[in-house]
Amino acid sequence: MEFFQNLVTTFNFILQGVWVTIGVTAVALAVGLVFGVTMAMARVYGNPFLQTVAAIYSVIVRAVPVVVIIFILFFVIARFVNLSPFWAGSLALGFASGAYQSEIFRGAFRAVPPGQMIAARAIGMSKLQAIQSIILPQAARLALPAWGNEATLVLKDSTLVFVVGVPEILRRAQQVSARTLEPFLAFSVAMLLYLVLTLLTTQILQWFERRYRLQM
Amino acid sequence: MSSTAIAPILRIENIHKSFGKTRVLTGFSLTVQPQEVVVLVGPSGSGKSTLLRCINLLSPPDSGRIWLEEQEITAPGVNPDKVRQRIGMVFQDFNLFNHLTALGNVMIGLMKVRKMPKKEAHDLAMFELERVGLVDRAYHYPAQLSGGQKQRVAIARALGMDPHIMLFDEPTSALDPELTGEVLEVMQQLAREGMTMIVVSHEMGFARQVASRVVFMEGGVVVEEGPPAQMFEQPLHERTRAFLRKISDMDSGGR
Amino acid sequence: MESFLQLLHNAVPSLLQGTGVTLQIAAISLLLGMALGLPVGVGRVYGPRWLQHLLAAYITLFQGTPLLIQLFLVYYGLPDLGLTLDRMPAAFLTLGLNSGAYQAEYLRGALQSVGEGQMTAARAIGMGKWLAVRTIILPQALRLVLPAWSNEAIAMLKYTAVVFLIAVPDLMGQAKILSSRYFAPIPIYMIVAVFYIVLVGATYLILRQLERRFHIPGLTGEAH
Repeated sequence: MEFFQNLVTTFNFILQGVWVTIGVTAVALAVGLVFGVTMAMARVYGNPFLQTVAAIYSVIVRAVPVVVIIFILFFVIARFVNLSPFWAGSLALGFASGAYQSEIFRGAFRAVPPGQMIAARAIGMSKLQAIQSIILPQAARLALPAWGNEATLVLKDSTLVFVVGVPEILRRAQQVSARTLEPFLAFSVAMLLYLVLTLLTTQILQWFERRYRLQM
Repeated sequence: MSSTAIAPILRIENIHKSFGKTRVLTGFSLTVQPQEVVVLVGPSGSGKSTLLRCINLLSPPDSGRIWLEEQEITAPGVNPDKVRQRIGMVFQDFNLFNHLTALGNVMIGLMKVRKMPKKEAHDLAMFELERVGLVDRAYHYPAQLSGGQKQRVAIARALGMDPHIMLFDEPTSALDPELTGEVLEVMQQLAREGMTMIVVSHEMGFARQVASRVVFMEGGVVVEEGPPAQMFEQPLHERTRAFLRKISDMDSGGR
Repeated sequence: MESFLQLLHNAVPSLLQGTGVTLQIAAISLLLGMALGLPVGVGRVYGPRWLQHLLAAYITLFQGTPLLIQLFLVYYGLPDLGLTLDRMPAAFLTLGLNSGAYQAEYLRGALQSVGEGQMTAARAIGMGKWLAVRTIILPQALRLVLPAWSNEAIAMLKYTAVVFLIAVPDLMGQAKILSSRYFAPIPIYMIVAVFYIVLVGATYLILRQLERRFHIPGLTGEAH
C-alpha cells in the first residue's frame, strides 16, 4: 500500500518536470536552429573570414562535452545578465546544438544542386534572396532526417541542465527520491517518462519526414 | 567406364516449388549422367535459377525427390551442408567474398569446410587458380578484378571443394560481351576434363559446341530436351522453335 | 594574466590526474560496449525471433533515455534492489551498457549491408550458417562499421563528462573541485574545454589512422 502511494506521489511529482524538459528542448532546438543555419550559410556561402569563424565554432564546440559548454556559458551569462537557470541552461544547450546543426545544414546546402543557385541568380535574385527563397526551403527538407536525429539527442541532453538547477525530469526525480527514499522507483519512473517522450518525438518526426519528403 | 550401365549422378523426380502464391516449379523431372553437360534454356521466370537452388538445397523443394549419386538428398535428416560440398555453384553476380583476395576466396572453404591445413589449402588454391588462368591475380581483391576474372575466381572457388557436379547460374550474363569468352573457355575446358555440369545460359554458341543435351523449360516443367543439333535444327514443339529462334537472333544481333 | 598563469600552474596537476580517469572510463566502457554490442548486434540480425525482440527492447531502452538518468538509476537506484556499486564500477557498467546498445545498432546496419549474395555463396560451398557469419559476414561488417565505431568512441569520450555527477574524480570532477577552491569557474572550465579538445582531437587522428590500416580495396570506400 505504501509502495503504491509512493508510486503515485513520485509519478505526479516528476510529471510536472516533463513540461520543463519539453520547454528546455524546444528553446534549445530553436536557438540551435538559428545558430546552425546561420553558421552553415556562413560556411557555404560566406567570405573566407566568415567561413573560418563558422568552422572554428563547429569544430571546437563539437570537441567539448555539452555539459562543459553548459557550465561555461552558464557562468558567462550570469556575469552579464540576470537570467533564470531555465533560460541560461536552454541557451547554453542551444549554443552547443547549433554546432551540430550547422554540420547538418552545411551538408544539406551542399546537397542542393548548384544549378538552383545559378537559376535563381539568373532571374535577378540577390545571393541572399536566392538562399532564402530557393536554397533554404530545399535544404530544410533534405536536412529533416538528420535534424530529427539531432532533436532526439537534444531531448536526451536536456537532462544536462540538471547541473545548473533547472527543475526538469531528472532534477524532480532526485528531489522526490530524497522525500520517498525510493531512488530506484523515482529514476525508473523518470526513465519511462523519457522513453515515452523520445518514442513520441520519433513518431512525430517520422510523420513530418513522410509529409515533406522532397522528390529530386 | 562402360557406356550404358552407369548410374545417373543426379535424378530429379517431380519437384514442386512455390514462393507464396507464385508456383515456380510444377513437377520438374530430369536425369543427368556422369560427365554430361546439360544446358538449360527457357524464358525468364521459367524456374531455371530456382531449379539450381533446389538441387543444392539453398531453397529446398516443397515436394518431389532428388537423388545425388544414389543418396536421396531431399530425405529428412540429410545435412544440407554436406550435400553442398559435393555440388559446386557459380552465380550470375559472382558473389566473391569481398574481404578476401582471389587466393583467400578459394582457400577459405578448403580451410574452414574441408578442414585442410593452411599450407595444403594454399597449394591447392594456387592449383585451382592456375586451372582458371589467374595465378598472377592471386593477391588481388575482388574490387581489383574485371568481371571475367571475378567469375573465373568463383569457378576456382567452387572447384576447390572438389565437387562431383557443377551448377552454373547464367555465369556470363552480368559480363560485358568482350569478357564472356574467357569464362566460357574455362567452362569448356572443364567439360573436356569430364566435369558433370548443369548450365543455365543463353550462350547458344556454347550450347552447340559443348552441351551433351539442351533442355528447354517453361512454366516450371521440361517442354522438350535433346542433343543440341536436334534442338536447334528440328525441335518438336513450336514453343521451343520460337524461343530458340528468338535468342539466336538476339545472339547474332548483339555482336 | 599573471594570476591566470598561477591558476594554470595550480590546476594542471589535478586536471592531468582527472584526464587519466576520463581516459580509463572511456576505454573500459568502450570495450565493455564492444563485448556487449558484438553478440547483441549479431543476435539482432541472425538470432531467433524471440531473441531479436528481446535485444531490440534493450537497445530501445538505452538509446531512448538519457545517459544521466541511466547513471543515476544504476548508482542510486540499484542499491534498493540490493546491488550496491562503487562509483567507478557504476560508471563502467552504465556507460558500457549504453555504448553496447549503440554499437549493436551500428553493427546491425553493417551486417545488413553486407548483402545476401555473400551468405548464399558461403552456404553454397558447404558452410553452416554460423560458420558463414563468423568467417564471411562478420569480418566484412566489422570493417564497414569502423567509421561509425570511431564516432561512437569520440561520443563516449565526451559523454564520460557526466560521471562527475556521481562524484567520480574525472576531468570534470577535478574541475568542479578546483573551481570552488579558487572561485574561478570560467577560466577553469575553459582550461578543461581545451583538455577535451586535445583528447578528442588526438583520438580522432588515431582512429583515422586505424581506419586506413584496415582498408580493403572496394570494401570500405576509397582511402582518405
